Amino acid sequence: MRVRLCAVATCSAMAIAAFGTTGATAETLTIATVNNGDMIRMQKLAGAFTEKNPDITLEWVTLEENVLRQRVTTDIATKGGQYDIMTIGTYEVPIWAAQDWLVPLDFDADYDVDDLLPAIRAGLSIDGALYAAPFYGESSFVMYRKDLFDEAGLEMPEAPTWDFIGEAARKITDKGNEIYGICLRGKAGWGENMAFLTAMANSFGARWFDMDWNPQFDQPQWKEALQFYIDLMKDAGPPGASSNGFNENLALFQTGKCGMWIDATVAASFVSNPDESKVADKVGFALAPDNGLGKRGNWLWAWSLAVPAGSQKTDAAKKFIAWATSKEYSELVAEKEGWANVPPGTRTSLYANPAYQEAAPFADLTLKSIQAADPTHPTVDDVPYVGVQFVAIPEFQGIGTAVGQQFSAALAGQTTVDQALAGAQALTAREMQKAGYPK
Amino acid sequence: MARSIPTRTRLGFTLVGWLVGLLIFFPILWTVLTSFKSEGTAIATPPQFLFFQWTAENYAEVNSRSDYFKHFMNSVVISVGSTLLGLLIAIPAAWAMAFAPTKRTKDVLLWMLSTKMLPAVGVLVPIYLLFRDTGLLDTRIGLTAVLTMSNLPIIVWMLYTYFREIPGDILEAARMDGASLAKEIVYVLTPMAVPGIASTLLLNIILAWNEAFWTLNLTAAKAAPLTAFIASYSSPEGLFWAKLSAASTLAIAPILVLGWFSQRQLVRGLTFGAVK
Amino acid sequence: MATLQTRASARLMMTPAVVLLLLWMAVPLAMTLYFSMLRYNLLMPGMEEWAGFLNYRFFLTDPAFFAGLLNTLLLVGGVLAISVGGGILMALLLDQPFFGQGLVRLMVIAPFFVMPTVSALVWKNMLMHPVNGLFAWLARTFGLQPVDWFGQAPLFSIVMIVSWQWLPFATLILLTALQSLDSEQKEAAEMDGAGALSRFIYIVLPHMARAITVVVLIETIFLLSVFAEILVTTNGGPGVQTTTVTYLVYVQALLQFDVGGASAGGIVAVVLANIVAIFLVRLIGKNLD
Repeated sequence: MRVRLCAVATCSAMAIAAFGTTGATAETLTIATVNNGDMIRMQKLAGAFTEKNPDITLEWVTLEENVLRQRVTTDIATKGGQYDIMTIGTYEVPIWAAQDWLVPLDFDADYDVDDLLPAIRAGLSIDGALYAAPFYGESSFVMYRKDLFDEAGLEMPEAPTWDFIGEAARKITDKGNEIYGICLRGKAGWGENMAFLTAMANSFGARWFDMDWNPQFDQPQWKEALQFYIDLMKDAGPPGASSNGFNENLALFQTGKCGMWIDATVAASFVSNPDESKVADKVGFALAPDNGLGKRGNWLWAWSLAVPAGSQKTDAAKKFIAWATSKEYSELVAEKEGWANVPPGTRTSLYANPAYQEAAPFADLTLKSIQAADPTHPTVDDVPYVGVQFVAIPEFQGIGTAVGQQFSAALAGQTTVDQALAGAQALTAREMQKAGYPK
Repeated sequence: MARSIPTRTRLGFTLVGWLVGLLIFFPILWTVLTSFKSEGTAIATPPQFLFFQWTAENYAEVNSRSDYFKHFMNSVVISVGSTLLGLLIAIPAAWAMAFAPTKRTKDVLLWMLSTKMLPAVGVLVPIYLLFRDTGLLDTRIGLTAVLTMSNLPIIVWMLYTYFREIPGDILEAARMDGASLAKEIVYVLTPMAVPGIASTLLLNIILAWNEAFWTLNLTAAKAAPLTAFIASYSSPEGLFWAKLSAASTLAIAPILVLGWFSQRQLVRGLTFGAVK
Repeated sequence: MATLQTRASARLMMTPAVVLLLLWMAVPLAMTLYFSMLRYNLLMPGMEEWAGFLNYRFFLTDPAFFAGLLNTLLLVGGVLAISVGGGILMALLLDQPFFGQGLVRLMVIAPFFVMPTVSALVWKNMLMHPVNGLFAWLARTFGLQPVDWFGQAPLFSIVMIVSWQWLPFATLILLTALQSLDSEQKEAAEMDGAGALSRFIYIVLPHMARAITVVVLIETIFLLSVFAEILVTTNGGPGVQTTTVTYLVYVQALLQFDVGGASAGGIVAVVLANIVAIFLVRLIGKNLD
């Protein structure tokens, strides 16, 4: 028995000895990124950066979106100082920059900051100062099956209306053969169904708040938008739509179950990739629909790199960001992996490049979609907030998710549209009161 | 234990046992199979069971993208370290509760368990602030401490229930022989309690291995265990089933192997027949 | 049996565990209590102010709160029923000698090793999805209408996933208890002509009582804090059908970053958990003596 006890003691001694962490050198950058394809590629190609900057080593923390967001937010708000570069979205940037949590980014002339797409740049700037550099940007548009449209004798216009989308979706639906006219997000969540529905509602003339921060779910525009969505999904959507998010719909579209799918522009490269998609050669693209009110139902998002104000290595971090979001990086990707894999949606020059246009047939529509979104004036009527498919206030993640639950219940057929809207109105009003609005 | 069982009954149980076992195991089997598919095949309908193009590309991809060994070592150090540390603290406590109970013993036990009921997500910020101020963020020692504390009530509880089954008169006899308390624990109690301690050990290593809240929220690059490794493969934009399956298989495999080797001793050792 | 001396040393031996746990509980709990009285949002620094019971008022009057309470009980109760009931059956099955027993035992224990997020993702998308899932494929193969699990029976679906994760734990503990049962005792009963069922009810079940208690208590503790599975599959929806108290706390803490609200929710959850614990102890407490 003595032997066993000793073994326990040595083991714990060894465990304790193993605790010693390696001391970090002054120029180790810890980079938190989201696990999307373009970011993974950056990690792979970062050797080109460290070769040129041998005094800088990079440590990567790659996480899925939700975990990443909770980690970096906790860290920056408590000044934990664990990261030197954070990957954040257009939702976080205005909120964080207003708290002086981010270092403003000033780049030299080589970087050509004016080359950034104006809509994207506006979403990442406050009073003209850029607080995060866009790594890739996206909007949303319609992806559709050309073959099914041909069969049904339909022709997709470049800029369809919601009425056309509704009609077409119902026409090509063939539930017996598992063809659903349209796949849209239904899973509750501020970044899931609410991203889509908020953008869609914008084109119906709806808005989250009026200029005095009163919730607007009791207004007819919301009712019209939500009713349209629910009816459409009931007639032409797939079963289980109330728990489908981006990835579920992607899988449905790639396996040929959807006639149309309105979602992120980055999905275009997945659905037209023959290694993954059964329908790669049959996909067409169109702008997100509108309702004749001057706004389209598309959103705007950019995964961007920012330096937290607490970082001790600001200069090295900026150097890296300048490299990762530069034209030079685009060329590096093009050289190693082809133009189709260059991170999209950040620079005007990329869309002027014929090599890119040829490699990415959806480039032109992606650009038009991004240009059609305006985060500072997202809606038909004036609003006190910034953001197309979100409201850039700290309370939005919670409120958006709770409202998303109400709407997913209506989609699942458990409540009516009116009940869902009344519930959304009540809970939003309550949360806003708790948060002390109007401020 | 070995009773003679008619072969037909034995065959019957074999059939039922394997059927149920396979049914329960199926989701994992499916994950392992998926890890050898291409991303396109992984979502194909009708599903492909065995006759698809087997590929190891996902493992290659996972291997080139992240440092599996680093995460693995962190998992080992944290889960084993916290379990051993927990046992060291818990064995005396459980002994005391089992063999020298007072009126309040049960209350103390319940109180210990109730410390686990504070939802971790509700105390994240206090803990995060404490860790920041003590420099424990993203360190193995910090995580080990947190997991020790959060599993300690379970360890005490499990040991207590096992110790309770050891008849007190054997200890009494040892005491009569003039054995000191320390000797009593080391020479009399521990050998009898080994099966209980072993299963507690194993279960807690598993619990610590799978702990996915603290290990995700208190680490960054250095101390991140396999839970963070998996979190870098789940739900990106784009297809990820095959890669996630490969990463999961890699994360599950070591602990399955451990389970495979230890379960024999574990279950065989757990008969108290000799004592009773 | 205990002498004064052993009593004293017993106290001494309990000290490290008790003191450590006291610290582990007291420090965060005190901070949580304090934060719960503040208007304190991580995303709005510099605005912390005393709020009294405002956070509690908002948490308790949340329209989702009562649904959350009920869902929590259903989730915990459902998983306990399935995992303990199933665990007893599995333990009885695995206690029988048959070919390849070791391998089957390992397969049965295996789900315990899978991370909750991964198992939720695998179940939701690869098995239960009404179009692309394996179950839907099976249903169609037999000419049935695939079930829209997360739309029509969301809470039940989550109970299934969580039960699958916890069945191995119950099986393992109950199996070890079963194997510690004196086989002579069983054989004696057999000779007395007791049938299999009465042997089970009068000998096996009482013997397993304490193990069952352990399983119930430990699982309850872990189940009360389940939220990763909900997050991955339904985000608490549709409606509030899968919103639990812990999920509400999660929303406060990691979506709103409202430390005050999350702390108040945490305290409410602790109080509720303790009520459940007291109730449980009343119910099965005699097994602890």
